[in-house]
Amino acid sequence: MPRLKAGQRHWLHLTLNGKAVEGEAEPRLLLSDFLRYELGATGTHVGCEHGVCGACTVQIDGAPARACLTLAVQMEGAAIRTVEGLAPAPDRLSILQEAFREHHGLQCGFCTPGILMSLDAFLREHRRPNEAALREVLSGHLCRCTGYAPILRAALAAAERLAKEAGDA
Amino acid sequence: MKPAPFDYLRAETLEEALEALHQAGTEARVLAGGQSLLPMLNMRLARPALLVDIMPIAALREVADAAGALRIGAGIRQAALQARPGLARQQPLLAAALPWVGHAQTRSRGTLCGSVAHADPSAEIPLVLVAMGGHVHLRSRRGARRVAAEEFFTGMMATTRAEEEMIEAITLPHAAPDSGHAFREVGRRHGDFAITACAAVVDARSARLAVGGVADRPVARALPLPSDPALEDALEQFAWSLEARDDLHATAAYRRHLVRRLGRAVLEEAAACRA
Amino acid sequence: MDDCGTPPGTLHAAILRSPHAHALIERVEVERARALPGVAAVLTGADIQALTSSLVVGVKAPMECWPIAADRVRYVGEPVAVVVARDRYLAEDALDLIEIRYAPLPAVVAPRAALEPDAPVLHAGLQGNLASDRSFRYGDPEAAFAAAPHRIAVEIDYPRNACTPIETYGVVAEYEPGADAYDVLANFQGPFSIHAVIARALRVPGNRLRLRTPPDSGGSFGVKQGVFPYIVLIAAAARVAGRPVKWIEDRLEHLAASSVATNRATRLAAAVEADGRITALDWDQIEDCGAHLRAPEPATLYRMHGNMTGAYTVRHVAIRNRVVLTNKAPTGLNRGFGGPQVYFALERLVQRIALELRLDPLEVLRRNLVPASAMPYRTASGALLDSGDYRAALEAALAGGGHAELLARRDAARAEGRLYGIGYTAVVEPSVSNMGYISAVLTPAERQRAGPKNGAQATATINLDPVGSATVHVASTPQGQGHRTVLAQVVADELGLHPQDVRVVTEMDTAKDAWSIASGNYASRFAPAVAGVTKLAAERLRGRLARIAASQLNVATEDVVFAGGRIFARGNPDNALPFARVASASHWAPGTLPADMDQAVRETAYWTPPELTAPDEADAVNSSLCHGFIFDFCGVEVDRTTGQVRIDRYVTMHDCGRVLHPGMVAGQVTGGFAHALGAALFEEHSYGADGSFATGTFADYLVPTAMEVPEPVTLHHETPSPFTPLGAKGVGEGNCMSTPVCIANAVADALGLKDVTLPLLPARLAAHIHGPEAARPGGGAVPVAGGRQLFGEGSAMVAAPRERVWAMLLDPTTLAAVVPGAHDVQRVSETEFRAEVTLGVGPVKGRYRVALTLSDLDAPQAVTLSGGAEGALGFGRGTGRVTLAEDGPERTRIGYRYEAEIGGKVASIAGRLLDGAARLVIRQFFAALAAHAGGGSAPREGIFARLLRLLGWRR
Ligand code: FES
Ligand code: FES
Repeated sequence: MPRLKAGQRHWLHLTLNGKAVEGEAEPRLLLSDFLRYELGATGTHVGCEHGVCGACTVQIDGAPARACLTLAVQMEGAAIRTVEGLAPAPDRLSILQEAFREHHGLQCGFCTPGILMSLDAFLREHRRPNEAALREVLSGHLCRCTGYAPILRAALAAAERLAKEAGDA
Repeated sequence: MKPAPFDYLRAETLEEALEALHQAGTEARVLAGGQSLLPMLNMRLARPALLVDIMPIAALREVADAAGALRIGAGIRQAALQARPGLARQQPLLAAALPWVGHAQTRSRGTLCGSVAHADPSAEIPLVLVAMGGHVHLRSRRGARRVAAEEFFTGMMATTRAEEEMIEAITLPHAAPDSGHAFREVGRRHGDFAITACAAVVDARSARLAVGGVADRPVARALPLPSDPALEDALEQFAWSLEARDDLHATAAYRRHLVRRLGRAVLEEAAACRA
Repeated sequence: MDDCGTPPGTLHAAILRSPHAHALIERVEVERARALPGVAAVLTGADIQALTSSLVVGVKAPMECWPIAADRVRYVGEPVAVVVARDRYLAEDALDLIEIRYAPLPAVVAPRAALEPDAPVLHAGLQGNLASDRSFRYGDPEAAFAAAPHRIAVEIDYPRNACTPIETYGVVAEYEPGADAYDVLANFQGPFSIHAVIARALRVPGNRLRLRTPPDSGGSFGVKQGVFPYIVLIAAAARVAGRPVKWIEDRLEHLAASSVATNRATRLAAAVEADGRITALDWDQIEDCGAHLRAPEPATLYRMHGNMTGAYTVRHVAIRNRVVLTNKAPTGLNRGFGGPQVYFALERLVQRIALELRLDPLEVLRRNLVPASAMPYRTASGALLDSGDYRAALEAALAGGGHAELLARRDAARAEGRLYGIGYTAVVEPSVSNMGYISAVLTPAERQRAGPKNGAQATATINLDPVGSATVHVASTPQGQGHRTVLAQVVADELGLHPQDVRVVTEMDTAKDAWSIASGNYASRFAPAVAGVTKLAAERLRGRLARIAASQLNVATEDVVFAGGRIFARGNPDNALPFARVASASHWAPGTLPADMDQAVRETAYWTPPELTAPDEADAVNSSLCHGFIFDFCGVEVDRTTGQVRIDRYVTMHDCGRVLHPGMVAGQVTGGFAHALGAALFEEHSYGADGSFATGTFADYLVPTAMEVPEPVTLHHETPSPFTPLGAKGVGEGNCMSTPVCIANAVADALGLKDVTLPLLPARLAAHIHGPEAARPGGGAVPVAGGRQLFGEGSAMVAAPRERVWAMLLDPTTLAAVVPGAHDVQRVSETEFRAEVTLGVGPVKGRYRVALTLSDLDAPQAVTLSGGAEGALGFGRGTGRVTLAEDGPERTRIGYRYEAEIGGKVASIAGRLLDGAARLVIRQFFAALAAHAGGGSAPREGIFARLLRLLGWRR
């Protein structure tokens, strides 16, 4: 593998929300900026660029991760999921998104995409989470608007609905 | 808040990585999970000329039971190890400490060896390594060596790793059958750097306490058993010997206080879970 | 904001900021930055000042307020240069190439210290740091104090904190040279009175500044108002660059230099009767607005002016308000705006009264509350409390919130030896600010000259389009409180539609939309004012449509009913027309309109409440239109080992008038509560004694997470406001006023504390619980280091005779040899050295200019080294005494003591690591020296370099 030179743009190939995409990146380009500016996927937000606020959280190969603490060039061949990939169809929201809407889980919505990506990954593996576990997952995110209570309610409601659907299936 | 420019090498083999480190010397940094390094790059506190990404190296992505110890390769992420079956039995201390390392969203990418290399005095994984008497396996183009954890950490973000060396793996001895372990940490918020973290290992005859967040590196000491009245004085000595300092979040006196109280609590807890 | 598209060719800006709290700028070197390929412009303070005018200052004082420093920096984070480049990465590369020489000045940090006669002065024109000093007197406070049996007082230092929205500031600015006009898109949120300030600073008339806001913005809580100096800066940069310029603030910039709430030093005394009734209050407030008095400051101090008696009937009040300047970031709007500072003092005082008079704090509260029968109630300093039954709300809260059970829990906990306490607070939450309140900072005579300022105009427009659907446009910039939902509901209710049928447009464009200086989303204006005026507009439109429909349905106008998307005759729902048909009539069939009706396409309503009059001759001012009431109580437990506070239960009772949208109100309450909890337990913008800034990242400025914020029990007691169209009052700020002090009161109760300082640091509480620490066994020094003030001592053995070690210490060539990190050590004189060094700890590396002086030479035994270092990551100053003692013929013991101070970037963002790093560097330096003198291998790193960098060695 050749050494990628600083200051030059290099082609990258990866999967974004199930679709193969490619784009150019300098070695130092952060994944958050790559998604937003190079791929135009502005659903992922940026609130601190030092890994604390969680606004930039995406899923990398299925696991929630900070896009601001990841270089775009590290993502060659990776599968990335962002909030744009959550809804099953353009005119439908996912169960999680629906629950956020119903329970006022968002106000300004700036923290929401990151939180959705964390919860989506978590709920996939934990069918019946308790409140404490959810609080722990959420503690990787800062929300300044809601005080978390409505987010927690939305997450619990979504978990219940997902569990029910899984049971029905 | 964007990184300064650097070259990037995606190393596919260990040799490739070692060669690059050898060539670049002090100007290169190893990139693994990036959860400690990226904030420093973004803030331009660190400005290496070259990042050597070691995550593609298959040889480093191994966890193995080796002669009564767990060998954890440099490519192993914290979340992956946390999910390892039987971890709580073989490595109760590590299993107890891992949930305190950052958040789920950083453990998914952060590696254990990366945390060891970063050598933050408040970090949990170096503390566990020291508490368990583990080792750090270093490799450079010139060869490999093994350093005891207690010698590896020399100060604030300082270790005995030479510039062209990289951590290949760490090893942690498995919990002895008759031993008990306990871990506790006090921080301002959940997921924050520890103000004081205590890890204890107790067996029938001996007790060992390691403390993080107080001195400029994790420090372990053999102490009297919790049942021994001599523990009180020994803890007092230990607390003072760490040369605690004030910072924004806590005073030195508070840290010493926590070493005494939390230290005793984890020793008692470790002794109790042995029984 | 960053999601909005940008015009083609947009360039990106980055801002260089001062690492010093106070310094003269001696030289600015930008050529290397300008020469970097991809850089379009580099603007210094002088460049910007040549294109703009100073921002207007809100008090009569001889000082200016620039968005960028030209000759002197006054706080860490103050802009000193702007780079415009192809992308943000490159712009930051260019920042690294700008060299600025500073001559540091002493700094002043604490508000009381700023008033000392020998305090460093920030603004030369001012002759001191006092920007305003006004005294007020209502009733006869002196007599009341003389007559009262008790005088009880508290002294409070309220800390600095801020609401830190997760989205930072963002500006895109463009300049059209032909029209000499600026077009700005920014996540500004009002008040739009600031539009005039910006236009003036840019030297254009108001109609040449088009200010737009994006449809959605990532939270504000008042803070986004503070983007306006950056609008000026970026607009000027766009003018010079000749291209649109975009700037997105990063989090480090935001924490250091956006808009933080004021810290305030308060002395508050009460004249108290034996039964706890307060008859008079005496306020002495020193407001710290930071380095510049930036519009609308000192509004934080005056926003509460009518409410200085809180929820209590106190008729005699004396107030002295002083505004001081210090070497900290300028302050501005933040949720609660002045309320937290006032209520912390007032409600701590109420608790203190109970404590000193051995009364139940709840009883003291009850005895002082304004009775329902007195509503509307004029407070001593002029506020008109519009409505409420405080007593009933309090009793309902106690019953509904489980107060009796909480008392039992406290008893049980205490019986087990646990530290459990209960706190109470009652506050009046003002909303819809009177634009005139700030003029209370002026004397009545000055006000006379300036002309009257008062009111709080709100405006809304409803449009009906040709297919008959309704669009609402309001001059309120939404920051996520669900404005659209509420407005759609209000209009839908009026016109008999579904909320989904109503489109709500909330982005603002000063070039197109109806607005006034009071527009914007701040001071909790939304529910009472903006939703209210929307209702007025909808009512009027409905009136028109009813008349059109009446003639078509052949019924009287009063008998026209709007429901279910139809318009029909009362009692005969079959005699109906689709809403859309009537609503579009004005477009398609204007001839069918009643003869005296010009159109039914658009209705714009303006509303200004008559109650908001200008301050009167006696300085009484109705500072806000509505006054909600909040009564909170909580139970907390303090961990005996760790000193950490756990909220066991928090009950908050709100009377915010009519609740328009329960979900939105609930979200405002839980959101405000979380902010307040942060202020109580975690958050502080922390400055060192030298003005260096210590909380520059989210790892040090601690925002509570879901693990720390419990859900409060929220209760409501509705008494509609008689003064607003919908009967609603503001609700978003109340908990920021009530909760910090409620928690503090509970902790005081748990620990038997007299004084409580925010934030409630566990270390401080633990020290109180456990008392002073026993002495170090066997004696020995207790290091007294703290924060960036680094102290230390140690020793090293060197296998060389003392004379040789002495010679080495003084010889630049040896030093350079010992220290590979030092480039070109020069001996400037017998006792002065200069060097360029590269210093690194872990991955943190930087290059520094170092100056070093030797003094108090006592050859060959002792020398004092002092010096300073400055580089991109910050600067250090320090001094160290080195002693050499013989320890046998060929051995020398080197002893050292040092103290140093670190400032700048590294101190702001990595303060936690400094002390350990310093210790490391020193130890390694002497180890290297020992190795060099006595053989063996010296460590490889740049030891001396590190030493100099981190220690500075100078006084
Ligand atoms: S932007 Fe990535 S964690 Fe805040
Ligand atoms: S909804 Fe605004 S930050 Fe979470």
